[in-house]
Amino acid sequence: MSTVGALLAKDLRAELRAKQSLPAMALFAIATFVVFHFGLDRARLDGDLAAGVLWVTLLLAALLGINRLFVAELEEGGFDGFLLAPVDRTAMLVAKATALFLYLAGLELVAVPAFALLLDPGLGRALPELLWLLLLADVGIAVVGTLVAALTVQGRARELLVPLLALPLLLPLLIAAARGTAPLLEAGGGSLPLRWPAVLGLYDMVFGLLSYAVFDFLLED
Amino acid sequence: MTVSATPAIELAGLTRTYGERLALDGVSLALPAGATLALLGPNGAGKSTLLRVLATLLRPHAGRVRVLGRDLPRDGWAVRGRIGLLGHDPLLYRDLTARENLRFHAQLHRVGGDRVDALLDAVGMAARADEPVRTLSRGMVQRVAVCRAVLHDPELLLLDEPGSHLDPAAAALVEPLIGRASGRTRVVVRHDPAGALAEADLVLGLRGGRVVLTAAGGRLDPAALAALYG
Amino acid sequence: MYGKGLRGLSIATVLTLVGAFALVFFYAPTDADQGVIQKIFYVHVPMAIVALCGFVFAAAMAIQHLRTGERRYDLRAYVAIHLSLILGIGTLISGSIWAKASWGHWWVWDEPTLVSFLIVVLLYACYQPLRFAIEDPEKQARYASVFAITAGAFVPLNFLAVRLAQAYTHPRVLGTTGGSMPGSMRLTFLVSVVGMALLFATLWKYELASKHTAQQLRALRARLTGDAAAPTVRSGQPALPAESTV
Repeated sequence: MSTVGALLAKDLRAELRAKQSLPAMALFAIATFVVFHFGLDRARLDGDLAAGVLWVTLLLAALLGINRLFVAELEEGGFDGFLLAPVDRTAMLVAKATALFLYLAGLELVAVPAFALLLDPGLGRALPELLWLLLLADVGIAVVGTLVAALTVQGRARELLVPLLALPLLLPLLIAAARGTAPLLEAGGGSLPLRWPAVLGLYDMVFGLLSYAVFDFLLED
Repeated sequence: MTVSATPAIELAGLTRTYGERLALDGVSLALPAGATLALLGPNGAGKSTLLRVLATLLRPHAGRVRVLGRDLPRDGWAVRGRIGLLGHDPLLYRDLTARENLRFHAQLHRVGGDRVDALLDAVGMAARADEPVRTLSRGMVQRVAVCRAVLHDPELLLLDEPGSHLDPAAAALVEPLIGRASGRTRVVVRHDPAGALAEADLVLGLRGGRVVLTAAGGRLDPAALAALYG
Repeated sequence: MYGKGLRGLSIATVLTLVGAFALVFFYAPTDADQGVIQKIFYVHVPMAIVALCGFVFAAAMAIQHLRTGERRYDLRAYVAIHLSLILGIGTLISGSIWAKASWGHWWVWDEPTLVSFLIVVLLYACYQPLRFAIEDPEKQARYASVFAITAGAFVPLNFLAVRLAQAYTHPRVLGTTGGSMPGSMRLTFLVSVVGMALLFATLWKYELASKHTAQQLRALRARLTGDAAAPTVRSGQPALPAESTV
């Protein structure tokens, strides 16, 4: 089994057993939709309001997953154990980003239907194109989230620093995702302007390459 | 004790700073293959730091470090798989079982899974191998940690108080794996000078990051020993 | 070593800034629509440009730090980010004043530069807290460099995304009336940019020299009173290693 595979299997096994990240993210998303319902005093959303509520909620829920991503490594000696092995160190970046991506996918499997149910934005027609946006955005959130998680896990005030660092960094992604989703959720139905997936793709590429280049420096001593 | 041409460890003026302090200050030593080195010294003397440098976890800031014939940190990748570290942290994931933990480390080190089962048997943990590490007593965790340290059959063992948390029966079980009888080169951090003298070929005392005491041939100057801890 | 050339640089800065000031008030034309307040453009935009260059420069210093492991690059990045952050806040304040004077609102979401800067400032404001959160000085420097590089790559992406989001909804509000700049404006603008850049360079060198001297003083004191007396104080500031020759 490859190093990335071994790491990923280990993380997923631990998550399935301890259920730390995914249930919390999903519950948080549902709770946030309810909060938005009462905060905005609306039973139905459409257009850019719907897009905004959806993406802001997904982003905030993602923060929970990002917070916990490296905690087991830190508290249970995972960094040392990994660093002692004769393996390529960027494997940890790939494995953790993939794990976060899978958690986000799991989150959306729950959150998107909940969104459709609670706030009735008329998702039906929008679904295929929305899935593309979700996919591209998840890659970006996974990569940036892993980087931020690695930067903050060994310091103090981790829970404070994660949102402070991650939210500005994820803003271009949020802009592209929300602006792309908005026309899809318009009352009359619309199509996805190509510029937004393009921006997401560019974002994913830039941060993917960047993380790959700098990650080693976060692990070594 | 086999004496081979290349010493297992060669340090010359190893220095490592922590901010403006010196964690290790010009440490030099040579340890032949198959020999045992015991490290003594008060807390904060740099023993754990030295162990971590030897394990390739920390890079030297100055001086020369040669482990198993390779220069660190440049060739760290080449020796990583030949060193086993048993520190204060057992390096085990608490939510996974002992067997799953060891299988994971086996995968990282490209070692077969059957070795995992054999080792668990050898330390008497076969019965509890499929329960989460969280549920095991500290002594049991230490036994599993020993398995983890020798899983990949390392040439060099770095042991930080390996006997801690082990009752005499358990200690006897792990002895063939990490003791003198294992035939591996060993660096052992200990707090009991008598025990150190008994099992070590070379004894070094560290204080303030510096080597202040050297003993070989089973004799320790009592005055020097008092100064080490005093 | 950092103090070399500081005097010449300071004089050049003062001269250029005075020259820019004179040009702004006596040479550059007054805008027909916005009046005298438009002249804040000569502060706002040069600040923005120099701040952005400062962030990119810091990222370059950070890359050097990771590549060579020499801590002086980390110190240079730290000071550059510190100064650029101040300039960034200045950009926001001057932009806000301009918006209030021209459009009656203290904040406008329609101005892409202003909005982008808000995000950038929010991000770089985390640089210092991140440093402070990590105790080991060497790790702190390395992580700070990773952050500086990440943030540096982020800046152009951010500007792109914000600009695209505004592109087809509103025209720019804080631009100058009419398209291109007349010659007199261009000259004044250039001198303002050069002045701001010189100011940045002077302050950068000055702060580096000051920190370096303070560190040498500490090292001397430690050597005189013995190692044990050197206090290990938690700090977000980069400390040069014990035997630094910088």
